[in-house]
Amino acid sequence: MTEPAFQNPEFLWRNPEPKSAYDVVIVGGGLHGLSTAYYLAKNHDVKSIAVLERGWLGNGNAVRNTTIIRSNYLRDESMPLYELSLKLWESLSAELEYDVLFDQRGLLQLAHTKTEVNDARRTVYANRLSGIDAEWLEPAEVQEFCPIVNVSRSIRYPVLGALLQRRGGIARHDLVMFALARAASAKGVDLLQGCEVTGFDIRKNRVVGVETSRGKIAAGRVGLAGAGRTPLLARMAGIDLPIQSTPLQALVSDGLEPVLNAVVMSGLLHVYVSQARNGGLVMGAARDNYVSYAQRGSFQILEWQIQAALELYPVLGRAHLLRTWAGIVDVSPDASPIIGRTPVESLFVNCGWGTGGFKATPVSGFIYAHTLAHGEPHELNRAFSLSRFETGALIDEHGAAAVAH
Amino acid sequence: MLLITCPYCGPREETEFRYGGEGVAMPEEADDRTWSRFLYYRSSPAGPFTERWVHAHGCRRWFTVRRDTLTHEILDTTELEEPPRGSP
Ligand SMILES: Cc1cc2nc3c(=O)[nH]c(=O)nc-3n(C[C@H](O)[C@H](O)[C@H](O)COP(=O)(O)OP(=O)(O)OC[C@H]3O[C@@H](n4cnc5c(N)ncnc54)[C@H](O)[C@@H]3O)c2cc1C
Ligand SMILES: [Zn+2]
Repeated sequence: MTEPAFQNPEFLWRNPEPKSAYDVVIVGGGLHGLSTAYYLAKNHDVKSIAVLERGWLGNGNAVRNTTIIRSNYLRDESMPLYELSLKLWESLSAELEYDVLFDQRGLLQLAHTKTEVNDARRTVYANRLSGIDAEWLEPAEVQEFCPIVNVSRSIRYPVLGALLQRRGGIARHDLVMFALARAASAKGVDLLQGCEVTGFDIRKNRVVGVETSRGKIAAGRVGLAGAGRTPLLARMAGIDLPIQSTPLQALVSDGLEPVLNAVVMSGLLHVYVSQARNGGLVMGAARDNYVSYAQRGSFQILEWQIQAALELYPVLGRAHLLRTWAGIVDVSPDASPIIGRTPVESLFVNCGWGTGGFKATPVSGFIYAHTLAHGEPHELNRAFSLSRFETGALIDEHGAAAVAH
Repeated sequence: MLLITCPYCGPREETEFRYGGEGVAMPEEADDRTWSRFLYYRSSPAGPFTERWVHAHGCRRWFTVRRDTLTHEILDTTELEEPPRGSP
């Protein structure tokens, strides 16, 4: 029986009892798990699929993030990945027949130092060469595009310009969760809430099933999609991963009249802001860099981000803080995800999206579904293997990804 | 904010410290696998965890902290006696 806390209107998704076996079992009912299940059912000839979620669907980072979507990464391996994701976002509402309020209002990444200016310009050129829209704005143009940004030269770190991606924006993460769950369920995927994976049945180095709080489930292939809890899952299967889990916080103000028409990020001053449809200003900042599963971060990070916000947007001085919260993010050494095989046969991993995996929701599911269906990576995630930490072929996205989303 | 007791200076606010993570020893000789482990692999457990912090804005000394990663409770802090080779 499903407990009352996990019940939901049946018009969104079914709440079936677990079967004794599935072709593919996905561990983690966040956005990546749901997206993977959806594309597995849609694009591949896999009939029986289950998503196992220890809490309720989307209780993790899926609905804790600040919903920033962009594709202006830097490396040759990353750009096509994030760009395909953005393209998928552009048709996601139509595809899922559910409006996820994807709003391409434009995304500005401010530059405050000579180095940041050079890096941003380099990104503009790299992006354009890869067919990704990118523009460089001078301070006056920044002011014109987003009038509340303080472009005065007299602040501590003046705005020296900005990288603009007009196709970047935000979507409503809870709606994305509902849309994906509904679509996956309609395609026959069993979404099993309150079903915690507590162990793996591994025989001769091949996973053949999972142990859960709702009994044993046999599986042809198992795909981990546990975001911040991936190191704990992998440990249960005897696998070490180069992932550390740390808190990342966000906050929201009370509702204001429309003041901010774009998403604006500042990596150096550590704040990013957008205004939600209900008027709330949604902000995020740096993560606490110590290992934690507490879903709670340090107060000084909130203080720093509010200081930075007030310097960059003096008008926000009138806003009131409504709520703060934290999620646990899975950070990899090169700030790029790990998607592919593990040392255990038939057990796959998709993790390491860290502070920036919301934007990747569609593509993460798309390529992971391919990987799980074929037992082999998709062309787009071949380079994102676990083995790159041995071969040294790292995909260093620290500049593009570590703080800024 | 954490209240961390530097074994040399006493309790201070977290903002005085920098995090060093898990201490690992540099291998004497290493094949790709061992070297990769040394460079990139750190444990990320749920529960008590032994890690390093440095009192960056104080005595600048490194020390060992045992902290519960589920509750953020600091279990104890001790002087760093014999730093593993290659420690920060
Ligand atoms: C504050 C914050 C702001 C962010 N801002 C952005 C942003 O602006 N843009 C962006 O692109 N990204 C952002 N991110 C990152 C993004 O949210 C994550 O990368 C992404 O959501 C991770 O994928 P997910 O949705 O599948 O994760 P989750 O929703 O965390 O899914 C993992 C699921 O696995 C389940 N699980 C774990 N262990 C088990 C088990 N043993 N058995 C069963 N189930 C298990 C969990 O309960 C959870 O539901 C942000 C993250 C945070 C915390
Ligand atoms: Zn000290």
